[in-house]
Amino acid sequence: MYTAQVADHIANPRNIGDIENPSGVGDVVNEVCLDRIRLMVRVERGTLVDAKVRVSGCPPTIAAASVLTELIVGRRISELESLRAEDIESALGRLPAAKRHCAQLAMDALRVAIQNSADED
Amino acid sequence: MPVYLDNSATTAVAPEVLDAMYPFFIEEMGNAQSVHTFGQRAKSAVENARRLVAGLIGASPAEIVFVSGGTEADNLAITGVARAYAAYGRHIITSAVEHPAVLSTCSSLESEGFEVTYLPVGRAGVVRSEDIRAALKDTTVLISLMYANNETGVVQPIAEAGAIVQEARRTVNPHLYFHTDAVQAAGKINISLSELGVDLLSISAHKIHGPKGIGALYVKKGTRLAKLIHGGHHERDRRAGTENVPAIAGFGKACEIARVSLNEHSARMNFLRDRLESGIAARVEDVGINGDPALRLPNISSMSFGGVDGESLLIALDLKGVAVSTGSACSSGSLEPSHVLTAMGLSREEVRGSIRFSLSSFTTQDEIDYAIQTVSETVEHLRRMTPLESEPHPAATRA
Repeated sequence: MYTAQVADHIANPRNIGDIENPSGVGDVVNEVCLDRIRLMVRVERGTLVDAKVRVSGCPPTIAAASVLTELIVGRRISELESLRAEDIESALGRLPAAKRHCAQLAMDALRVAIQNSADED
Repeated sequence: MPVYLDNSATTAVAPEVLDAMYPFFIEEMGNAQSVHTFGQRAKSAVENARRLVAGLIGASPAEIVFVSGGTEADNLAITGVARAYAAYGRHIITSAVEHPAVLSTCSSLESEGFEVTYLPVGRAGVVRSEDIRAALKDTTVLISLMYANNETGVVQPIAEAGAIVQEARRTVNPHLYFHTDAVQAAGKINISLSELGVDLLSISAHKIHGPKGIGALYVKKGTRLAKLIHGGHHERDRRAGTENVPAIAGFGKACEIARVSLNEHSARMNFLRDRLESGIAARVEDVGINGDPALRLPNISSMSFGGVDGESLLIALDLKGVAVSTGSACSSGSLEPSHVLTAMGLSREEVRGSIRFSLSSFTTQDEIDYAIQTVSETVEHLRRMTPLESEPHPAATRA
């Protein structure tokens, strides 16, 4: 049902934790299924230099949150504006059609975190 | 270490069962309807198996109809009685926690104009006798109430319900029949039809170390059924189609083993199930057992883990070789929660965090001890990832 990449992120989730004094936080909840992603980012001179995540939810939500942190660290904020939920799905091999919203929840967390950090600038 | 704790989904075929089936694939290949010796030997095997299946539940062999499994047994019982007795009433009573084979069949009959009452259950998962009485009408022709629930193992008061049905036949509607889906209960607890007042009872082979694709419906003598499968006059004209002789032979053997070993196997599964629950509860905080612990089959445990998603727990356990199941799934952005746990009044969080462990007579203590350790570690693994509810960030946003 799930790809080896999804399974790997469940067994070995990346960048779980918190950042002290983050530049931005994206804390989002899917009110229907109760999945939650809290993404913390540090932005320095227009580059996202660190990301930590905490996540509660179904396997694709955990995998999407985990892989998101790998996709965004070291990239310019301006580049991240073109990142799409489809990029998260590709990084995970694929997601079942009924689970694509999990990748979107991760994108929502990123969008809010970046918005947050822009507000603080 | 692979540990299979999803025996309520299906079980391994017992070696003795496989041995009993084997001849009927090759040298004893006859059609049980054929007149020649090959056919008569096949028929003899079918009738021997019928006696063994009947023996597990205390029925007469002539009251056993072989079907393709539990789902067909439920369909035949419910639709068969509803259509056969429609002239005497078109009302059916069932419960909110039945297997989909029962609920979907009832729903299908609603579209044919039948009225269905779905009885509620409380937190314990048990239907109340007074609710059965209150639901009865002079148009009620069938009550279908599961013997034991497939998600929680909770056993319903079947004998009490049977007594209500017998009384209602005298006072409400003489054409009232009582069906129970005993697919999970058979072979796990003693079923004695003479004490139950049941007219129809469904069982399935692959839940008791028999093969898939074979089951039986007990039909009490004198109970009429409208046929679902049309064709020849097999199974006393109640179910057409060439008998699946190897599967029937295996089913018979599985029932024989289940009957002979029932007390020993049940006591052992009960001990291991309790060891699993107490072992996990001693190592993991915020864990609950779903359903009345004192009213369950010996082999099923439905546990709810706070702050954890059941499907993630299932996948993470599977990666470590432990197979369990969950009744809920999030799909297309909507949660499809277990209808059983929801009907019991569990919160969305409790339903989401629930998984089912189900044991068989093959389950070993080493497997249970490995499962205790693995479940404890995996729940902690998932909880370490979780945002701390006590520390909501001021920027938290609802998507």
